[in-house]
Amino acid sequence: MSALPQPLFASIQGAFEFIITPQSSNVTGGRTVGGIDQVIELTLTQLEVTLLALALSLLVALPVGLYLGHRGTGELLAIGIGNAGRAIPELALIAFMAAAIGVGLLNVTIALAVLGIPPILTNAFVGIRQVDRSSVDAARGIGMSEFEILRKVELPLAVPTLMTGVRTATINIVATATIAPLAGVLTLGDFIINENVYGENGVLAGAILVALLALTLELALAGLQRLLTSRGLKLKPA
Amino acid sequence: MTSVLALPLAAVGEVGEGFFKERTSDTLPCQSGDALFCFGWAKDNIGEYVSPAVQHVELVAISVVLGFAVAFALALLAHRHRWLRPPFLLGTGVLYTIPSVAFFFLLLPFTGRGRDTAIIALSAYTLQIIYRNTIVGLANVPTSVKDAARGMGLTDGQILWRVELPLATPEIVAGLRIATVSTVALATLAVFAGAGGLGDPIYEFINFKTNIIIAGGLAILIAVAFDAILFAIQRLATPWRRTVMA
Amino acid sequence: MRTTSKRARAAIAVLLALFLSLGVAACGSDDDDTTGNDEGGGGGAIVSNPDNGKVTLTVGSKNFTEQIVLGEVYAQALEAAGYKVKKDLNLGSETVALKNVKAGQISGYPEYVSTALTSFFEAEPEEVPADATEAYEEAKADFEKEDLTAFPPTPFASANAVGTLKKTAEERDLKTVSDLEGQSEEMTLYGSPECRQRIDCLAGLEELYGLKFKKFVPVDIGLRYTVLDKGQADLSILFTTDPQLSAQADKYVILEDDKEVFPAGNVIWVTTPEVVEEAGPDYEKTIVQVQEGLTLKVMQELGARVELEKEPAAKVAAEYLESAGYTG
Repeated sequence: MSALPQPLFASIQGAFEFIITPQSSNVTGGRTVGGIDQVIELTLTQLEVTLLALALSLLVALPVGLYLGHRGTGELLAIGIGNAGRAIPELALIAFMAAAIGVGLLNVTIALAVLGIPPILTNAFVGIRQVDRSSVDAARGIGMSEFEILRKVELPLAVPTLMTGVRTATINIVATATIAPLAGVLTLGDFIINENVYGENGVLAGAILVALLALTLELALAGLQRLLTSRGLKLKPA
Repeated sequence: MTSVLALPLAAVGEVGEGFFKERTSDTLPCQSGDALFCFGWAKDNIGEYVSPAVQHVELVAISVVLGFAVAFALALLAHRHRWLRPPFLLGTGVLYTIPSVAFFFLLLPFTGRGRDTAIIALSAYTLQIIYRNTIVGLANVPTSVKDAARGMGLTDGQILWRVELPLATPEIVAGLRIATVSTVALATLAVFAGAGGLGDPIYEFINFKTNIIIAGGLAILIAVAFDAILFAIQRLATPWRRTVMA
Repeated sequence: MRTTSKRARAAIAVLLALFLSLGVAACGSDDDDTTGNDEGGGGGAIVSNPDNGKVTLTVGSKNFTEQIVLGEVYAQALEAAGYKVKKDLNLGSETVALKNVKAGQISGYPEYVSTALTSFFEAEPEEVPADATEAYEEAKADFEKEDLTAFPPTPFASANAVGTLKKTAEERDLKTVSDLEGQSEEMTLYGSPECRQRIDCLAGLEELYGLKFKKFVPVDIGLRYTVLDKGQADLSILFTTDPQLSAQADKYVILEDDKEVFPAGNVIWVTTPEVVEEAGPDYEKTIVQVQEGLTLKVMQELGARVELEKEPAAKVAAEYLESAGYTG
């Protein structure tokens, strides 16, 4: 006497229960889905791919942006890449990576890094460029090496702009990591995209969790920015 | 590629013999394989992308107009009343941070599947950049200019519309440009909300590189077009050059 | 400064006008896939009945090629019969589609009898009747308990299958699914996300075949051959009606389902009694009529055109309807 599985009604309470305790799946097999263990697993995967992609983006974009900014050349490139990067359609990127290279963590990480590079590159460049030239000249005058100038004068002053770029990159990466399940990397987006597996409560739970994860990361980075910004620079909110 | 019309010899429901085609691995066309781009197929099928592209433009246009309307209003309010600024910045910031796909499904119980949900989520995403740029643009107007205007007898309202806003225009339009380009890229995800757009063809043939390149390429072209139009308007409005950062 | 302010105001005005006009134009336009019936049936077997023009039907489908083609066939047939038809294809897997029918978001969609019985009604694979009519009757009775109904089945049936590259099968000497015993622990299996819970998929492989895989990776159904090609998947869940299996038989093989865990299912149209009543007798008549031509061979041909030649599903469906004499 099997009743057709009733879609669990999406409700905040239902979503909350989904997060805390494993639910019996409403598709045959009686598989359990949800529960705190699975939530943690998918959250960790999303964090993993986000942080890996961010690290890769920083590795590529930061040196280039800082160098170009310090030298004062390549403005067209730095700003141009920033503008172009904003236009990259996220779904097309993930789909293309999956079709061209294949599914899996490495490929998704690369795709996400492509999204993260433009804002970091542009903001590194602009951040350094807008440092007061007289400070730089003064530092050069007292005999600092180019690298020292970058490290001790320009970089600290560029931190706010740079960190803004990192935060933008992170938001883009986290958002796109949400659809990574299309390419075989199971992030929290799996709850959202695959309603047939997790039910309506799963979808709502996934949406809430992804939103919370993104906000938490943003908060953490804002805090980091505060920490790294030298005292004299703490800006007042606009 | 076209089938032979079955003459009504066979009973209804039976396709003609010419309907079937022998296919072997060697005779498969470009699009069955793994080629990066099949020009023949692209030429034949480009018409299929018109409707999704139009939907895409519609989605973006409506979302940006809506986002601009709301963000602009918020900025005007916060410009007048300083205490509103932190909460507004925070609010728009939160909406910006929440990934759109999550947003679609958070809205689902209220607005259902379809275009409305996508539009609300996409508009919400644009609020922060437009709001911030508007507020900063207005705040950057030198006090001396405002004082001069006040000295000439202009009211606060007149100062806003005839002095502050025109001077803030470059900043505002720059924010609008960034918001629009981002929205074009993001609107590919509208397929998850059942709202169509260029994400539809991508998702339909998700393993076909030519398809992804065309649909993605069209999205990029649309972004560039929007950006160019807005840039032209920005140039028209501001004889002096200003670089605005990301 | 006056010039600046004038230019700036003009600029803002142009800007607003541009966007507003785009927005208004968009709001005003009809963007759904609504197709009206502008001309009567041109001489095909399906005759347009003007009474049907009052009824709007929304045709849904699940999220893979065969389903989308079927959706198009039914949608165009109903349109030829005079109905106003909207399409909401590519919805998702069976639970999503069913939910949409129950909620009235779609009028109906094509479901496989085997999926209905095993996924919705928790039948074991061996309980699925081999006879198509018997299976249909059982599913229909089950659907009726849920205030749904189903129309008679198509001639063709489809089933899940465990597939792999031909050379993998030769290297490992795999002919049946049971041959995977002892080897599956070192092989990765790729399938749809819902495969994990379905008894005619991973769940059945684990419970009824007793197989353990090194890893199961859920991916979009559209990638089921891509992952084999790229060498990432050792095994992939395929469909017996896939055109690749006949056109590229030198590349892909499916393993024989010796324990009969993957029952084949004909397609039945699932809908609600309310829609049936509202739409009138032509609703069922058209659906049953148009699907009579859908033999296995025809489905594979249609599938080949969409999946291999990448023709739009709508065009392929139209070709079928014309060639089979349904539309003029």
